[in-house]
Amino acid sequence: MSRGADNPDPQPLRLAPIERITLALYAGASSDHNPVHIDSDFARRAGLPDVFAHGMLSMAYLGRFLTDWIPQSRIRRFSVRFVSRVELGAALLCSGEILDINEHDRERLARVEVRVTGEAGELKVIGEACVALAPVAGTRLR
Amino acid sequence: MLDRTLIGHCLTPHSVEVAKGRLRFFAKATGQLDPVYLDEAAARQAGYRNIPVPPTFLFCLENDSPDPWELQRLLDLDLGRLLHGEQSFVYHRMACAGDVLTFEPRLSDIYSRRDGALEFFVRETRVTDAMGEHIADLRCVGVQHDGRLV
Repeated sequence: MSRGADNPDPQPLRLAPIERITLALYAGASSDHNPVHIDSDFARRAGLPDVFAHGMLSMAYLGRFLTDWIPQSRIRRFSVRFVSRVELGAALLCSGEILDINEHDRERLARVEVRVTGEAGELKVIGEACVALAPVAGTRLR
Repeated sequence: MLDRTLIGHCLTPHSVEVAKGRLRFFAKATGQLDPVYLDEAAARQAGYRNIPVPPTFLFCLENDSPDPWELQRLLDLDLGRLLHGEQSFVYHRMACAGDVLTFEPRLSDIYSRRDGALEFFVRETRVTDAMGEHIADLRCVGVQHDGRLV
């Protein structure tokens, strides 16, 4: 099935640059305390130039990007592959488009490609979400 | 080389109550300003029972295990050489603040690429609520590199 004009693609989401405090807050809020994201001394001992962002911070931004577009209760699946590290100072952009729409279990499901890119357009995260386009009678969610 | 005999090993399950304060802190940390994720009344207005658990927050609740480094210790992983390779969520029901969720993680696979320069391990986690309802399935692919690819 093809896309219809009644199913606009999600709007891109531009994020503020990643700062050290972004990573400290995310570490606390996510319970991911891997020191490679918050302790520069640890990161350098591991051979890295500095701390870098949690992959799941980028995925959380993609989650925002999706729920800005459709109610969360319509998200059926959400998966990503982390392609390259997000460094300090990175100004990320979330974007994506509907790939196709199919019927499944009486739902119209849109498959959406989602991406996180850096300022120069370099790919950081790529993935796919599957969302229901219309509310379902006798909704099983919520 | 990671120990392949551990494939299929079940990690210790744990249960956690979804606290509103944790959800608000997560909203702050991710720049989320949508009131549905901050305010109980707005969440109810939007049709949810309470503030919803955001799409990726189940992964964070999984980190709230009493022993979050169990898998790292089991596989003798080096935190400085670890990367998150892939993550996926399959959602069955919405979870909201106040729910008590149980996480049952299992080490489902180990494999290597590029002549062992990259070692992958896969953790699959079933999430259920206090009524035993199936909430979601998580799949996390971790990668340990041997230092040549930094």
